Amino acid sequence: MNRRLLPLTVTMLLFVVMAGYGGLRYDGFLSPQVFLNLLIDNAFLCVAAVGMTFVILSGGIDLSVGAVIALSTMLTAALLQAGCNAYVAMALVLASGAAFGAAQGFLIQRFGLAPFIVTLAGMFLARGCSYLISTESMPITDSTYTVIAQARIPLGPDASLTVGALIALAAVLAGMRVAHSTKFGRAVYAIGGDESAARLLGLPVGATRVGVYLLSGISAALAGIVMTFYMLSGYSLHAVGLELDAIAAVVIGGTLLAGGTGYVAGTLFGVLILGIIQTLIAFDGTLSSWWTKIVVGVLLLLFCLLQRLFETRSRKAA
Amino acid sequence: MKRLTRHAAFWPLATLVLLVLLNAVFNPAFLTLTWRDGHLYGPLVDILNRAAPLMVVALGMTLVIAVRGLDISVGAVVAIAAVVAALLTGGAFSAGGEVSSEYPLWVALGTALLAAAACGLWNGLLVVKAGMQPIVATLILMVAGRGIAQLLTGGQIITVYYPPFFAIGSGFFLGLPIALWIAAGLWAVLYLVLSRTALGLFIRAIGGNPEAARVAGVRAAPITLCVYTFCGLAAGIAGLIISSNVKSADANNAGQLLELDAILAVTLGGTALGGGRFSLGGSIIGALIIQTLTTTIYSLGFPPEVNLVVKALLVFAVMLLQSAEFRALFTRRASAHAGARE
Repeated sequence: MNRRLLPLTVTMLLFVVMAGYGGLRYDGFLSPQVFLNLLIDNAFLCVAAVGMTFVILSGGIDLSVGAVIALSTMLTAALLQAGCNAYVAMALVLASGAAFGAAQGFLIQRFGLAPFIVTLAGMFLARGCSYLISTESMPITDSTYTVIAQARIPLGPDASLTVGALIALAAVLAGMRVAHSTKFGRAVYAIGGDESAARLLGLPVGATRVGVYLLSGISAALAGIVMTFYMLSGYSLHAVGLELDAIAAVVIGGTLLAGGTGYVAGTLFGVLILGIIQTLIAFDGTLSSWWTKIVVGVLLLLFCLLQRLFETRSRKAA
Repeated sequence: MKRLTRHAAFWPLATLVLLVLLNAVFNPAFLTLTWRDGHLYGPLVDILNRAAPLMVVALGMTLVIAVRGLDISVGAVVAIAAVVAALLTGGAFSAGGEVSSEYPLWVALGTALLAAAACGLWNGLLVVKAGMQPIVATLILMVAGRGIAQLLTGGQIITVYYPPFFAIGSGFFLGLPIALWIAAGLWAVLYLVLSRTALGLFIRAIGGNPEAARVAGVRAAPITLCVYTFCGLAAGIAGLIISSNVKSADANNAGQLLELDAILAVTLGGTALGGGRFSLGGSIIGALIIQTLTTTIYSLGFPPEVNLVVKALLVFAVMLLQSAEFRALFTRRASAHAGARE
């Protein structure tokens, strides 16, 4: 077996084991809708995590995604209240997310700043800007939005998906295509693997790095739009700490934090595992919500240790 | 003059003085100090008192960053220490007029600090023994730590009713806030230890060039472990000050975003994020800048929401000033200018 697939295999097995455990312990756990809900309830996390996968593959990190999601929901709500057309509002939000991400990428690339601190400041800035729009929650009553929010796509009896979940799936598929069959995707892997080697190969290191953060900015803005479908409101306190969940999903999905190795498909499973932990805790009923944090922390630890083991093994083999 | 501006603490100190002057211009009462109820009273004392927890955390963070590390779990450790102290002092269980503590105060405080130091040691082990990147290693505790704190409290905010506990965060000694004495004491101890022993040199060596430090015989592993443990301990002390000040412990919100403020304070103080060059005094000044900035924004009548935007712009400015590429942009232009004149 390809050893690069090992972390991803562990993740998928873990998901099957957790689903099996839930099925044995709780009645009604193995119904299709429970699994579709994993995607519906975590659609925005999934979209943001796809963008985060590219950033981590390139060897960077983006801490601003949660704040950009909040800013996007606020921008959407404010634009709609000002009487803007729903689709124009979406386009504007996506464009501003892209610009925000690209600006961060530019600072990181041009001035050699640490991605961690630049995106940290970006997080302050985006959160602050959404506070400036309003500190109150802003409801969305636009008819196009409510229609999209309430639409259900039936998948057989008693099972359906939302538009947000479809967008999440589309984002994963698009992410896989970009990562594995475009020049940009190959350059991202090359930079994460060995930046100076990528430079010597003549790959456009600078443009790719700015592109990675631009992509993460767009993903976060799209995640914000998906969140407005889910919540039908804009609020500056939406998605607090979501960047950590996104990073956790990427790591649990088998992407090496050092960059260069990983799969976008793994991130989908990472998101589903975070979702199934919450579902298991909800089904149990006696466990409190903070167990989610503890279990996610333990999983992060296990996967990081697994990664270290994997890295030292492959170094010994080489 | 040139020697003065080259000093590490010059720019942070100048920023702080400028901020204080700005306040004094808009609000003449800003600089007044009065003696009331046996202690100093005034906006400046208030800033010093409020900045104390951040100063303490920033001291720990400075050393971690100096050895090329990072600790983003300090907010969660603050919550853990606050919760342990509040539970052992006897908040939830001795309500209803009861003012005696559950355990002696020193046991409660000691256990809280031990728990915090253990958190730091755990981070250190993950970084040193498991070889994880610091941001990832501490991310684990950042996520799980708050969960553990909530587990301890059962999701409740623990109120403390035992008056001696309040002294740490809101008491006064010799006219100045006790919290300030704690921060100053910690700084003094660190300063003595790092300047009178070789430890400061070792830390600079590890951060400046780990490989060279290893060749020179510096034992990086135990020193790095100690640095992370100290950072946890410092976060614990801050947790005690914070919970004592608000007379309660909130597992969910105590120390929220404190890691970001601490990193900001350290950066503002002139410590290089790449490691090797650090300034403890600078970090203290950095913490004071952040607190003064917050007070300024409030007192100038801006909505508190502006605070985050201003902080963000400040980080961007400081980062760019620290970047060699950014400075090269200007020195090149300046030298080109000089060349043209000749």
